[in-house]
Amino acid sequence: MSALHHITCTWNPELPDARCAAIRRQAERHLDLKLNGLKHVALYAVRADLTDSDLARLAREGLSDAVAQRVGLNGLPAGCDGYAAFILVEKLPGTTDDEGLSAQRTLHDLLGVPFSPAPQEVFASDLYLLEDALDEATLRHLAAELLGNPLVNKFTCGPVARLALPVPAEEAAAEPRVETISLQVSDRELDLLSKQRLLSLDRAEMKAIQAYFRRPETLARRCQSGLPPEPTDCELEILAQTWSEHCKHKEFNALIRYVDRETGREETIDSLFKTYIRASTLEIARRLEAAGNNWLVKVFSDNAGVVRVDRDRLFVFKVETHNSPSALDPFGGAITGILGNNRDPLGTGRGGAVLLFNTDVLCFGPPSYAEPLLPGQLHPRRVFAGVRQGIEEGGNKSGIPTINGAIVFDPRYAGKPLVYCGTGGILPDNYNGRPAWEKEIAPGDRIVMAGGRVGKDGIHGATFSSLGLDKHSPRSAVQIGSPITQKMLSDFLVEACRRGLVKCATDDGAGGLSSSVGELAPLSGGAEAWLERVPLKYPGLQPWEIFLSESQERMTLVVTPEAGPELAQLAKLYEVEATIIGQFTATGLLEVAHAGQPVAQLDLDFLHDGLPRKQLEAEWRRPEPPEPEIPDQLNFTATLLQLLASDNICSREAVIRQYDHEVKGRTVVKPLMGPRGLAPQDAGVVRIGFDDWRGIALACGLAPRLGDLDAYQSSAHAFDEAVRQIVSVGGQLPEPGKLGESTFWCANDNFCVPDSAYDPDHNPDGKYKLAQLVRMCQALADMALAYHVPMTSGKDSMKNDFRAGAKKISVPPTVLYSVAAAIPDVRRTVTSEIKAAGDGVYVLGRSGAELGASEFQQLFGPPGGCVPAVRPAEALALYYKVMAANRAGLIRSSHDLSDGGLAVALAETTFGTGLGLRVAIDPVADTVDHPDPRRRLCAALFGESPSRFVVTVRPEHRARFEEILGAAAVRIGEATADPIFRIAWRGQPLVDGPCTDLLQAWQKELLA
Amino acid sequence: MKPVRALVITGYGINCQEELAAAYRLAGAAADIVHFNELLAGVRSVRGYDVVNFPGGFSFGDDLGAGKALANKMRFCRLAGGRTLLDEIAAHLQAGGFVLGICNGFQVLVKCGLLPNVGGNLEQEVSLIVNDSGKFEDRWVHCRAEQPPHTPFLKGVNILALPVRHKEGKLVFRDDHIRAAILDQGLCALRYCDPDGKIATEYPARPNGAALSCAALTDPAGRVLGMMPHPEAYLSSYNHPDWARRRAAAGGSEEGEGLRLFRNIVDHIRRNRP
Repeated sequence: MSALHHITCTWNPELPDARCAAIRRQAERHLDLKLNGLKHVALYAVRADLTDSDLARLAREGLSDAVAQRVGLNGLPAGCDGYAAFILVEKLPGTTDDEGLSAQRTLHDLLGVPFSPAPQEVFASDLYLLEDALDEATLRHLAAELLGNPLVNKFTCGPVARLALPVPAEEAAAEPRVETISLQVSDRELDLLSKQRLLSLDRAEMKAIQAYFRRPETLARRCQSGLPPEPTDCELEILAQTWSEHCKHKEFNALIRYVDRETGREETIDSLFKTYIRASTLEIARRLEAAGNNWLVKVFSDNAGVVRVDRDRLFVFKVETHNSPSALDPFGGAITGILGNNRDPLGTGRGGAVLLFNTDVLCFGPPSYAEPLLPGQLHPRRVFAGVRQGIEEGGNKSGIPTINGAIVFDPRYAGKPLVYCGTGGILPDNYNGRPAWEKEIAPGDRIVMAGGRVGKDGIHGATFSSLGLDKHSPRSAVQIGSPITQKMLSDFLVEACRRGLVKCATDDGAGGLSSSVGELAPLSGGAEAWLERVPLKYPGLQPWEIFLSESQERMTLVVTPEAGPELAQLAKLYEVEATIIGQFTATGLLEVAHAGQPVAQLDLDFLHDGLPRKQLEAEWRRPEPPEPEIPDQLNFTATLLQLLASDNICSREAVIRQYDHEVKGRTVVKPLMGPRGLAPQDAGVVRIGFDDWRGIALACGLAPRLGDLDAYQSSAHAFDEAVRQIVSVGGQLPEPGKLGESTFWCANDNFCVPDSAYDPDHNPDGKYKLAQLVRMCQALADMALAYHVPMTSGKDSMKNDFRAGAKKISVPPTVLYSVAAAIPDVRRTVTSEIKAAGDGVYVLGRSGAELGASEFQQLFGPPGGCVPAVRPAEALALYYKVMAANRAGLIRSSHDLSDGGLAVALAETTFGTGLGLRVAIDPVADTVDHPDPRRRLCAALFGESPSRFVVTVRPEHRARFEEILGAAAVRIGEATADPIFRIAWRGQPLVDGPCTDLLQAWQKELLA
Repeated sequence: MKPVRALVITGYGINCQEELAAAYRLAGAAADIVHFNELLAGVRSVRGYDVVNFPGGFSFGDDLGAGKALANKMRFCRLAGGRTLLDEIAAHLQAGGFVLGICNGFQVLVKCGLLPNVGGNLEQEVSLIVNDSGKFEDRWVHCRAEQPPHTPFLKGVNILALPVRHKEGKLVFRDDHIRAAILDQGLCALRYCDPDGKIATEYPARPNGAALSCAALTDPAGRVLGMMPHPEAYLSSYNHPDWARRRAAAGGSEEGEGLRLFRNIVDHIRRNRP
């Protein structure tokens, strides 16, 4: 064995250490722990035979900052005896260690040898020295809360006298072993087998597998191929992964008996996906085609949807969720989520899209959550902080701007957060004349695995994400993404595709090679994988683990044997490992071998179509909770301030600033705009390139609160919100009669719902929950057809429950619509903040007496009463007018009305502008249809009726604007030069004060 | 006339190469985006280029400290003739070439000793450490150019609005001697300021806590410029968060203020061609 050396890099005591300062602040704030002195030491353990001079050079020149750090060699860092206690934070064996690997690169550069990531020779860890003599329990608590996560880190702590330098564990090699599992057992034993092996397969599915392995033709062929009659571990794992909810969307494809107790109607729905999502999009495609338009290029059948920008460019867009992993390890879950989602556009068609933007929508428990935590449950504040950091590192380090997003708080997300990650990219129309969006495979083509190496990380991710969470959730499912590995992979892939070397690319995500090879195999009619060729991070993996591992930053590429050498050469230049690990065939089989020994052999027909249909029951009854009382005497200024400072409305600036939202230099409408960069915007807008002004607008809509009263409206609102935000910024919807001239719109749907399969014991309200999902899907179809906005891709997540004993925390059924649309000229987009004194202020759209589930109502009790309804025909008529006014350049600022209603939206348009507003609410309140004037006033100020905007118009454009909008626009006042915010009613001031007061309330610190 | 040629280095997590190349093209130069390894392998060379550029990004994910691992490659890896890439860049400067490093590129230049290089021996004399806030932040700031500018990149520039997007941008000096040399020779090329040009010493106008409120450094010859703010992210007026109002004030110009630096250096090279 090679010698073990240690290098310590200690912060220069003369310089401030911002990292330790932040830890001390957080310890005091969140753990009530005042740390007097804290010192950080970067520690590298190097297992390599080095000369003294090479070791010294590695330490002094390679690993330390000559100005900011002090170096120590082969011993404890100088000065550590001045401290009382220590915490050493190492990575658990097999966990991503990017710092160690980067140090290893430097070592290999220094030695002048080609870089190799395995075996790992440099291990990075963090040593913290504390002045306070804290006891071991406190140190452990500090470590687990602020310095790492026990699922990915090893903590050692105690008095400094006990500090010893770390000795990295070595992975032991293991003989490859293939286990055979007998399925000739009772039904109960089949259930047990599924549970014990974490297969997540139900009895019907287990019996289908049992039957397959009893077929005479199966048995005969297995005998011929040298496989045992019973399934191998690898085969069962492949089936479990392929048939997982995550991969096959069993509930969205189930037969559902739906009973509507409101109408008394009963019906059978043959797949929610086919009935609502696909059917509505196919109808829109038919209408577009009939009008001679062809921007809808590829829907549902690839990793991301594809629409056309222009003759030379396509737009690919995908949004996914990464909820379960983010609940266990918020940082690792989120970074893996965003990087994993990036690989979907990258792996669409032939591959190699250039990624243009990210979007992230997050749902957490409130930061002030005060319920006792259940075993295994992390506090929402920690989840928020970790997820935020994961998205920062995943997005920023990949050089992809995060241009849009949302954060929603509700106590029901405290068990499992929702982490939606989306990415859009630009794919060329073709590579060397071959359509870039098509996947093409012929027998004999090679399977290439490119990117990171394979370890034990993330085994069972696909099956695990299809389960509810509890404290026994598998630890091996936690992965930490490596943005640098992926960035190098994507740079390589873009170039390889550009050169026409790649016939097809796909992501190795959930299910690993099993999923990617298994899904590609039908394109040629079969595939065989040779596992001994797969590069491993360390020895000791069993064949099934190699095939199923979800080690990140990998993609599967398809290349012809002739293109292999050029691809290999390019990979070498880009320092990316790309290895031929098998080939495609026409045998109708998925075959896996390890060093010539067969490990798995499954019929593709059975693998993909052999699983039994699920049958589920749904029953809808409208919940009718009472409406909370609104007090007679309301202080409107105080109410507005309270709303502005509420968790769901207050500023996201602290989060937004930590995401790079303008790398690539193309972001035109950023999340915050205006002279001081403080005014929140509706949709993000990016330019596509530097040679023209074409762009893409991106928005997101979700309204989970409404689902407590009406799931249909919750979905319809979410859809309307995303579309109106794009209309607000200047988007042009396809109009009937002008479909032939329309430019692209595309939506992604992401349903995240609690367990909706009825079970009298475990899920007694399952039928209602499924009915909520049915109604959300009905709204999707109605809205998509009304607005001519097709779904091009999506992903659902079905079991968002956290269980501990008899307790269960279930998320509210939540659908996110992420909508992207072409912007022909980004210079004509409209931002939300008011621009000049004297401009007229208008409210567009109808305000109803519908306060149900509004943020305003929430101030007074749980939701009840009348939920605002989307009226698509009325909304569209308004949108067409807004579009016409924008085409004529008549709208100077535009903000859509959402949480908190008109009063909040008006306040937001002033932030950072140095201007004020003087408006009278009467013209809006008078149109609200309700007998009680006070009720009309509350609805006008704080109601959340959909499909509305507040806009400003230059005085010289007033007449033309009013002519186009007609009665849909209500003039309520004008922008003023003094920064005072005034709302009057019946001639009396309701709100009257400096805009800075509103801004200050809104700038609440959400996450310290 | 022969075009001015800009080399834009990419790879290993660099991610601002496209907008940086676009900046040179908009300024009338020819720009080539070249993978770092193509230079190491000798497939491409810095020779023949007028200005060598280290774009922003996260080379090696900022592991080992921002820019460090890439700086190590410049120092350690040997090209076919036995020279390092750092030797090649030094020769490029000797021959009258220019070097620009932005954000992560600036961090690379600092860590391989190209900036400020007051000692002339390519030793690390300053560092860029974690911001006082402890955070990565994307925000627009104002910077004021040292007058008269010590480097042709900043000719005629007074106050610039630009975005910063970094976590490690706080400039610190190895010792007082370096600090004095930078001040004496006017090497602090840009300083964070308020919109009126008053030097900023408070967050967020000075976003990171940098000594001397320094946002950019140049070398004694004025041939190397490293800066934390991103001029290549302000090529069009529509990059500015207040473009809607500024558009009217600018009389309809659609050019971003960041483009000025690229026009300057391209013009300077063109004018001084033999």
